[in-house]
Amino acid sequence: MRDFDVDALLGSAKVVVCCGSGGVGKTTTAAALAIRAAENGRRTVVLTIDPARRLAQAMGLTELDNTPRPVEGVDGSLDAMMLDMKRTFDEIVEAHADPERAQQILSNPFYLSLSSSFAGTQEYMAMEKLGQLVAEKRWDLIIVDTPPTRSALDFLDAPKRLGTFLDGRLIKILLAPAKAGGRAYLKVLNTALSAATRVVAKVIGAQLLTDLQQFVASLEAMFGGFRARADATYAMLKAPGTAFVVVAAPEPAALREASYFADRLTAENMPLAGLVVNRVHETAVSDLGVARAVTGAETLEADRGGAVTAALLRLHAERATVAEREKALVGRFRRSHPETPVRQVPALESDVHDLAALRQIGAALARG
Amino acid sequence: MPSASATKLRFHIVTGKGGTGKTTVAAALAMALAAGGGRVLLTEVEGRQGIAQLFDTPPLPYEERKVASAPGGGDVVALAIDPEAALLEYLDMFYNLRAAGRVLTKLGAIDFATTIAPGVRDVLLTGKIKEAVDRKNKQGRPVFDAVVLDAPPTGRITRFLNVTADVASLARMGPIKNQSESVQRVVRSPTTAVHLVTLLEEMPVQETVDGVRELQAEGIPVGSVIVNMKRQPYALPKRLVKKDIAADLVAAGITGGRAVVDGLAAEAAAYRARIEIEAREQARLDQLGLPVVTLPLQPGHLDLGALYALAESLGEQGFPPARVRP
Repeated sequence: MRDFDVDALLGSAKVVVCCGSGGVGKTTTAAALAIRAAENGRRTVVLTIDPARRLAQAMGLTELDNTPRPVEGVDGSLDAMMLDMKRTFDEIVEAHADPERAQQILSNPFYLSLSSSFAGTQEYMAMEKLGQLVAEKRWDLIIVDTPPTRSALDFLDAPKRLGTFLDGRLIKILLAPAKAGGRAYLKVLNTALSAATRVVAKVIGAQLLTDLQQFVASLEAMFGGFRARADATYAMLKAPGTAFVVVAAPEPAALREASYFADRLTAENMPLAGLVVNRVHETAVSDLGVARAVTGAETLEADRGGAVTAALLRLHAERATVAEREKALVGRFRRSHPETPVRQVPALESDVHDLAALRQIGAALARG
Repeated sequence: MPSASATKLRFHIVTGKGGTGKTTVAAALAMALAAGGGRVLLTEVEGRQGIAQLFDTPPLPYEERKVASAPGGGDVVALAIDPEAALLEYLDMFYNLRAAGRVLTKLGAIDFATTIAPGVRDVLLTGKIKEAVDRKNKQGRPVFDAVVLDAPPTGRITRFLNVTADVASLARMGPIKNQSESVQRVVRSPTTAVHLVTLLEEMPVQETVDGVRELQAEGIPVGSVIVNMKRQPYALPKRLVKKDIAADLVAAGITGGRAVVDGLAAEAAAYRARIEIEAREQARLDQLGLPVVTLPLQPGHLDLGALYALAESLGEQGFPPARVRP
């Protein structure tokens, strides 16, 4: 069983990516790691995607303005920001196109939907923003939260998918009418392919196809290969100094996602620093098992005395049952991934909404 | 389930923040609806194979399969809806285009339509569910007494169900537009309800409150709030007399002395703190003015037995309601 040396990670990494399925406390983990790193003396920035309101308030994040701002009350240098997906996309357009063309793109209905939809764009823009933060060279450590996707894997695949689409064969076919006379395209435009275009027109409507063609034409002129950008993003995630922290809760679905993600990172040669299991339940009397507590409660209940103690034992039995179930689930992950360090963070009895609670989680992350 | 009447809820959409157990609740609800001889379809749309894992079966293909029998007879049939398969099925059904579908797949058009083109994916998913809700047998009776959807989480549910808005901005006419409009009619039908699963904790309750507001603003019918994993009540006084507890433990044959007494007292304090939070959050939910259904914490492994227990608990609370509230 390997120990997860979180402080060593925070001391040496340049980029830490927190990923995991929705509802496991990913953003909280990212924030807690960032505060700890900053208070350990590293100039740190944390990029959050969609923080819960109270957590955002705890970090002093009151506006979604895409700009890192100092977090008050941290004994060190910590900046925090919330990703504004649409603005990030708009900025790329504005930076790469002349004003007239930029305006054309920004007002295209297809662009409006694409830039504010959740299907892939958010993941892509998170990575785009990460790239920008790295390029600024203002921080020793960048901690990134990842979007609340249905599964952790989406985050790895979405940028590539978007890149493949925007740079792919479909686009070339869609563009073909706009480039009549382009000999290369005439060659590929065989019967099957033009039939395909007709199908697209039939299913989505001719107007939509025209909008799409215009949109793609203006994007293509602007980018010179979206795929190259997606590849650069991918390369950045593999670069030395980047580490992934997989976050899970002690529940079957979350740990299964964590397993898939760990395997995927290994397959892609991406550095998996470790697994964080949040909200683990423990008992305060570790050597009193479920069976003994229940038997004890039954004995007292039969005597019709000691009702309070019986209730205490019933309560303990419930907690011990939860603890044993969670231990079995985490144990399964450990056995299937013996090389992955695991850190369990105990469940707090109250909700997290200030820096003190985040510090407490940071300490639990570091010491276990 | 007795025969479906026009006023009965037939389409149950179950949403909730990640980690609140919405898949479990959706499955228990499907069982409760099938109890006594019904045929209920339980669907998922996010490719997580959550239903298969819950019922401990191999991953579900894009095909309806019976996954459980309900108490007193009745079937729960499961379907994991895959947007790509739904699109190919759709092309084949309406345009006889299976071969073109293959070309489109190769070109990345299917991938584009189902993952990147905004709204199209959701229209395909909800369109398939609508087909199941409306499906009739030869006698003209609905094939399913009810359809339960393990829907996307609260943060995305309104957008998911409100497909027309997204699609209308893109497709001004054509089949996709027509499809999205017919989906809208089903989603806003009086026999449809969205149920929100929550825990009695601050963040899930906040998301529930926000989600209810968003859904209502869009005119999507909200059904009940389902509180999941509520702690059992334990009769514990505010002040514990440690001397008495120590004596009781000896009588109960539990050794360990002072350390055990202190540990149990610490657990009681933590429990009280949690119960206080639960009461506070319960009060916030009550202000929504919606029916609230409560499911107890299942401390052990969530197996089929636990699912039956949850379904029974729903039934005892008169959930799902037989009739639509006016």
